[in-house]
Amino acid sequence: MLNIRREICGYCGACVSVCPEGALELIDAYLTVDSETCISCGICTKACPLGALEVTDEV
Amino acid sequence: MKSEYDVLVIGGGPGGAVAAWTAAKKGLSTCLIEKRPAIGAPVRCAEGVGKKLLTEFLDPDPRWISADIKRARIIAPDGTEIQLKEDQAGAEVGYVLDRKIFDRELVWKASEAGADVYVKTRAVKPILEDSIVKGAVVESCGTQQEVRAAVTIAADGVESKFARWCGIDSTVPVDELMSCIQYLVTDIDVDPVCNDFYLGNEVAPQGYLWVFAKGERCANIGIGIPAAKRGPGNRAKDYLDHFMAEHYPDGKIIECIFGGDPVCKPLDCTVTDGLMIVGDAARVVDPITGGGIGNAMVTGRLAAEVAAEAIAKGDTSKAALMPYDEGWRNSKMGQGLERNYKVKEFFIKLSDEKMNDLADSIAHIDFAEFSVRALVMELIKRNPKMLFELRELKDALKH
Ligand SMILES: Cc1cc2nc3c(=O)[nH]c(=O)nc-3n(C[C@H](O)[C@H](O)[C@H](O)COP(=O)(O)OP(=O)(O)OC[C@H]3O[C@@H](n4cnc5c(N)ncnc54)[C@H](O)[C@@H]3O)c2cc1C
Ligand code: SF4
Ligand code: SF4
Repeated sequence: MLNIRREICGYCGACVSVCPEGALELIDAYLTVDSETCISCGICTKACPLGALEVTDEV
Repeated sequence: MKSEYDVLVIGGGPGGAVAAWTAAKKGLSTCLIEKRPAIGAPVRCAEGVGKKLLTEFLDPDPRWISADIKRARIIAPDGTEIQLKEDQAGAEVGYVLDRKIFDRELVWKASEAGADVYVKTRAVKPILEDSIVKGAVVESCGTQQEVRAAVTIAADGVESKFARWCGIDSTVPVDELMSCIQYLVTDIDVDPVCNDFYLGNEVAPQGYLWVFAKGERCANIGIGIPAAKRGPGNRAKDYLDHFMAEHYPDGKIIECIFGGDPVCKPLDCTVTDGLMIVGDAARVVDPITGGGIGNAMVTGRLAAEVAAEAIAKGDTSKAALMPYDEGWRNSKMGQGLERNYKVKEFFIKLSDEKMNDLADSIAHIDFAEFSVRALVMELIKRNPKMLFELRELKDALKH
């Protein structure tokens, strides 16, 4: 599962552009993930300049 | 908000603003929507732009120019400096903008020309009828409505979700997205008319770190590195903090800027029935510098011009909009993108040692003309031992 740490996120949209599934969406200062389409591939976690994204084992 | 326009522009960055400005000037009924509550903020940019290109659109105005840049320095991994002065560097140096004001100025121009502008208004999905794009469903302060348009221009920047919703895969390969962070730093000793570029694996692996003067004692200090290998401890922020501690420990950070800069190839096709894609959303960023302001403006203008012709003829099919795609691809800009992509592919493979050798070989030259081509030709002349590697680069420049 993708965990968005909002206290770190700077809502820049970098992660949105690399998600192969189109699962991320930036609504102004609010990043959301569609858990239905996210495949927990972790690609977006690399793009974040701050490290606000992590894939965890929880479901 | 009206429910029908000739042109609907999604995104209020330089690409969208110039598209809306051009469309409105051509007499088209035009609507521009921007999802953020303010145009130009937060900034996602180092704000460097070439003079020549910019002045094609606007007369320079001190309100949105932070610094008039006269020189640039490239600093190799071992500290060797290559100096480029304005008369040599041509259009490569230019202004450092204040994009909070600049982006607003462009949107103001669009509205002055007659475009309707809505902020805090987001496109949430396209209106698709038989796979033809007929506008967008937009949401403003919790209320959704349909806005129909003969042509929709997607200028939604790096995220580029609108094109994706319309069936065009705009995913940036993760090794071709520059993961970026920048600080606006004050109270530091900087040359107020100089832009510095630092290279090397220690400073910015496969990317670069910049210090762009923003006037007296103030600079944009930032870094962009490919996202692919990032993880805890080696993110853009780690590298920038390290550089700051070493070079500007007493600088005061008054703004933090984050972002992604796509340095991949442009989209295979930037039009479909009823839709045109411009700027970062079309991935028309210079692969070497990561600069995209100018190209966003150029593609925005061309898209609106082609849209105006198509609307006048009553045909906004993909075929009718194709002159836009062909137009920018065959232009100097399009060819430059293709060439610089190959040059980038060469440079990211260079070791620090080779980079030092190359820098050292040209450190003391006064360039009569500074262009990527001139620089590479000089490198080839002076580095016979690296001929094998450089030949690849030379071949790339032939086209
Ligand atoms: C750290 C960094 C440094 C850079 N430095 C430079 C530089 O020095 N020089 C240079 O030339 N370029 C630079 N760039 C690149 C430059 O910022 C972009 O190329 C430029 O902003 C592209 O303009 P645009 O209009 O295409 O997109 P943007 O300026 O990104 O504008 C897109 C707009 O669309 C809005 N939007 C997105 N989705 C929606 C939606 N669904 N509905 C409504 N609105 C939406 C966004 O909020 C945004 O305001 C840099 C980029 C980064 C990240
Ligand atoms: S983990 Fe993969 S699928 Fe999920 S949001 Fe990130 S990039 Fe997209
Ligand atoms: S890349 Fe990081 S900071 Fe930027 S929107 Fe995504 S999670 Fe937030």
